[in-house]
Amino acid sequence: MQIFPCPFCGPRDETEFHFAAEAGKHRPEPAPEVTDSAWADYLYGADAPKGRAQEVWVHLTCGEFLLLTRDTVTREVLDVAALPGSREAGT
Amino acid sequence: MTRYSALALAREGLRGHRGWRPAWRKPDPKPAYDAIIIGGGGHGLATAYYLARNHGVRRVAVLEKGWIGGGNTGRNTTVIRSNYFYPESVALYDLALRLYEGLSKELNYNVMLSQRGMLIAAHTPMQMEICARIANAMMLNGVDGSLMGPQEARARLPLLNDAPDARYQCLGGVWQGRAGIARHDAVAWGYARAASALGVDIIEGITVTGICTTDGRITGVETDRGPIACDRLGIAAAGATPGLVAPLGIRLPVHDYALQAFVSEPVKPMLDTVLLYLGTGTYVSQSDKGELVFGGGLDRVPTHGQRGNLPMQETIVSGLLEMFPAFGQLKLLRQWAGVVDVVPDSSPILGPAGPEGLFLNCGWGTGGFKAIPAGGWLLAHMLATGDHHDISRPFDLARFAEGRLIDEAAGSGIAH
Repeated sequence: MQIFPCPFCGPRDETEFHFAAEAGKHRPEPAPEVTDSAWADYLYGADAPKGRAQEVWVHLTCGEFLLLTRDTVTREVLDVAALPGSREAGT
Repeated sequence: MTRYSALALAREGLRGHRGWRPAWRKPDPKPAYDAIIIGGGGHGLATAYYLARNHGVRRVAVLEKGWIGGGNTGRNTTVIRSNYFYPESVALYDLALRLYEGLSKELNYNVMLSQRGMLIAAHTPMQMEICARIANAMMLNGVDGSLMGPQEARARLPLLNDAPDARYQCLGGVWQGRAGIARHDAVAWGYARAASALGVDIIEGITVTGICTTDGRITGVETDRGPIACDRLGIAAAGATPGLVAPLGIRLPVHDYALQAFVSEPVKPMLDTVLLYLGTGTYVSQSDKGELVFGGGLDRVPTHGQRGNLPMQETIVSGLLEMFPAFGQLKLLRQWAGVVDVVPDSSPILGPAGPEGLFLNCGWGTGGFKAIPAGGWLLAHMLATGDHHDISRPFDLARFAEGRLIDEAAGSGIAH
């Protein structure tokens, strides 16, 4: 069992976390000007990096989203931060 | 190429087996080929074989980073089936199954295909409704599918957990009699041997470091053993595909996950079919050696590391024990994982991408082994003709922008 960090709850079992998306995706706007391929890339496109990766995860038990920096080969967690816009960590 | 036969085996037996020759050549890369295939797994080797056999393209190289069949071809649980929902999927996977049915003769290599049938077991009346829907869809699509009732299921699977307090009672499910298992290594080795005999160069231990283009056309690849020229390039590299095409500005709808598999110690024959439990997500078959070969869902953590994590091991093993309590006495022999390239609609990506002359065969996720002959057949067709085969056309990368997904995750209940 790997232990993942939650910026709000501290270290918890990996099964409490769920992968949401690769970090850095922004919804293309304004909607009427978004091409089909840009929308498909936003919905489905992925870099699937080998090595260092920044990902958005959700801690299912507290419901907060967080930014994990991981190594996708060794599975080591390198850094964790609250997503910008989340309530402040530890409060 | 020495033809394999009972007579050849008897002759070699009398001569102390000193006459066998390596099954495929080990050539150095030439400076140029008509077509290059990146990835020496089942799909890449089958592509090379069908390029030479169906299309007469013989100046072909297969470039493999590791060794032949050392990736997912050697790591899967060897199940072959075509019990899918959508017509496009059934056409694709049943092409593979039909080719598998004649493969040992075709390649003169015993791939040990054993069509022992497969049951997808349901546990509630609602799941039986879904199973009836899949069976009906299979019949409408022209493949053998039927709905199996509880008595027949129990007769076929006498060790199944039928305790009154069992968490998941088996009510029957979808049956496909032509489904089964094959020897996975033999599929890779058989295609490699047959392709090599037709003139294909299979080069192991070579890493592709870049793809070369000029004016939007493929001109070759850079490797750690120097550049190799070609104007047609096929990529059949599963989880490594996104990294290979990223420098060309191509982003694929692919996430990489680990999929685990397990083998128990060998025991006497007691399971003569392939079983998938909808309730536990665990599936199991018994190999010719007597080992139980089983697996389940994906690890939930995206990864490129070829090993599994403990929570999913616990889920899969506990699922197996729920299905067959008697298996609790067995010891695990081995456990391993492969990196699978998972696509949002659980259907593969087949077709051109980016520069002219580049064709992809990826996104098979957890189901690549069963599709090897079809994946090779179709990628060979695209490399030879420059255009889609009717069976591969629906699986083009453009389906994501066109909103034309072939959603087998919803259609046939693939658990990812």
